[in-house]
Amino acid sequence: MSKGNYISRPNRALQLYACLFLVVLYTPVLFIPLFSFNDSIYVRFPLTGFTFNWYVDLMGRDTVWKAMWNSVRVGLSVAVISTILGVLAARAITRNRMPGQNAIVAFVMLPLVIPGIIFGVALLVLFSWMGITLSLYTVGMGHMIVCMPFAVATLLPRFEGMDRSMEEASVDLGENGWWTFWRVTFPMVMPGIVASLLLTFTVSFDEFIMAFFLSSTDATLPMYIWSQLRFPREFPTVLALSSLILLVSFALVFLALWIGRLGLVDEDIA
Amino acid sequence: MDPSHPIISVQQVGKSYGAFRAIENISLDIQHGEFFSLLGASGCGKTTLLRMLAGLEDVTNGEIVIDGEPMSDVPPFQRPVNMVFQSYAIFPHLNVADNIGYGLRKQKLSRAARAVLIEEMLDLVKLEGYGDRRANQLSGGQRQRIALARALIMKPKVLLLDEPLGALDKQLREQMQLELRRLQKSLGITFVFVTHDQEEALTLSDRIAVMSGGDVLQVDTPAGLYERPHNREIAGFIGNMNFLDARVRDTKGGYVTMEVAGLGILDMPAGDAALGTGDRACIGIRPEKLRVHTARPDGDHQSVEGVLEMTTYLGERSHFHVRLPGVDQPMAISAQNASIQSETSQQQNIPVWLTWTDGALLALKGR
Repeated sequence: MSKGNYISRPNRALQLYACLFLVVLYTPVLFIPLFSFNDSIYVRFPLTGFTFNWYVDLMGRDTVWKAMWNSVRVGLSVAVISTILGVLAARAITRNRMPGQNAIVAFVMLPLVIPGIIFGVALLVLFSWMGITLSLYTVGMGHMIVCMPFAVATLLPRFEGMDRSMEEASVDLGENGWWTFWRVTFPMVMPGIVASLLLTFTVSFDEFIMAFFLSSTDATLPMYIWSQLRFPREFPTVLALSSLILLVSFALVFLALWIGRLGLVDEDIA
Repeated sequence: MDPSHPIISVQQVGKSYGAFRAIENISLDIQHGEFFSLLGASGCGKTTLLRMLAGLEDVTNGEIVIDGEPMSDVPPFQRPVNMVFQSYAIFPHLNVADNIGYGLRKQKLSRAARAVLIEEMLDLVKLEGYGDRRANQLSGGQRQRIALARALIMKPKVLLLDEPLGALDKQLREQMQLELRRLQKSLGITFVFVTHDQEEALTLSDRIAVMSGGDVLQVDTPAGLYERPHNREIAGFIGNMNFLDARVRDTKGGYVTMEVAGLGILDMPAGDAALGTGDRACIGIRPEKLRVHTARPDGDHQSVEGVLEMTTYLGERSHFHVRLPGVDQPMAISAQNASIQSETSQQQNIPVWLTWTDGALLALKGR
């Protein structure tokens, strides 16, 4: 991968460090799929035998399918709404020089650093005070707060990187603000929108703390996992489910980042 | 051209950004079919003025009237003008044909009619066959022509161009200058052209407005600006100019007697500068209006002696740098290489004599 210049020359020590870093970070995680194929309810070495049983068992459980469907429903709604809000926020931040806009951005990003448990408790108190009963809707609202930073963080660079004169050219050629948005702005930030949808969906799908506080009888998938942990016999099934979730999350995030980078770095300036 | 019905009338227009006054009450008229340039250094307000004509910037005070219609409440998408942007602003997600035809949506043309118009435009800007190409795969010069076609297909009354040739290399720029001029003449559309390159403005324009610090300094034809600049700033901005400090000794009729550094006491026409006795002024002399002689010239031409310090060779001409007694900066004299004697250009530090014609000296206000 040498580009032939001095700055990009390969550094063996750094490469080794990077590999070591990844191994240390992900080896514990890799134990999960490993033992999900193991023919034993005990998580210990040596491995006894290879089996798909736990996966097969998973497919047969109604509660698992129900929980997954709940997570998907919440995830999709949260993805769409937070992306729409993210588009509006990113556009406002980059196009209008608002006073205090740095504070606004910081405020939007706050949920990344505030513990989810604090938001969870705060919302719980708020909902009970307002008389709103807990349901998947309240879970969705909680997830919105957590997903907004991801949406804005993905969309902001897209809007910032867009040449303002594109929109001006469209207006000059006869289109008003609304048409300009649909004919020029929207197609140009599309990769960012797709990336935001994928990312926010994944964040919502995997989110446990808010769901734990804000749901009632309808469980999301992470909540189902939590509920099964007290049963030792169920452990390998839990591992199987977790492996599947890991796989899907990884694929979605990978796709999100890949699409999100499309056209962001301009290599072909004539 | 009917001066009583200009196509664009800028009436006492000013622009402020908060406390900063970017444009200071400008008034000017642009005639039908004119190639009109706004010329000035960066930050002089020329692009701001252009954008106000397009409707992309609000006018703080004053009025812009285009073809008899006041534009104060008219948004950019309803104005009969179109703009070619400095960055071209070609839409990357559309191909060349869709870029050019972008503004045609509201006209609700049939596919065939639309395709015909786009083909015509491609021919006009010499990009036949490029319709299906992805717009962002093209070179700068090609993108510039797409931007031009995209604006011209709208048949605007006025075409606004914001330094469209700045990003091109010299050869391509000169080629595009001629093409633009030819295009403008054959289409008959009024062009308003913004540039910081005075040579470009002189080449292309019917008239030029020289701008500086938000003001218009002078509006004139290229020859008018070159031969009769109103003040020292304009004189120095257009072309090369030698400046000599002077003081007015006497004025009589249309003539002034000046005491000029390095040249002595001279009489010359007063010109446009309102000069009174005792005023400090400066004399401007174009480099090509001086002649260098290796021997004292006889005859009754006025002459002055100096020392030839350096010669710069520029291919088709040479610049001679001559130091006069009592003058800080050496004088620059320009002569075509085809018409000078070769021995002048080889030597250094030799005494030389300068002569000039009567009309060569320009009396200017300012120091």
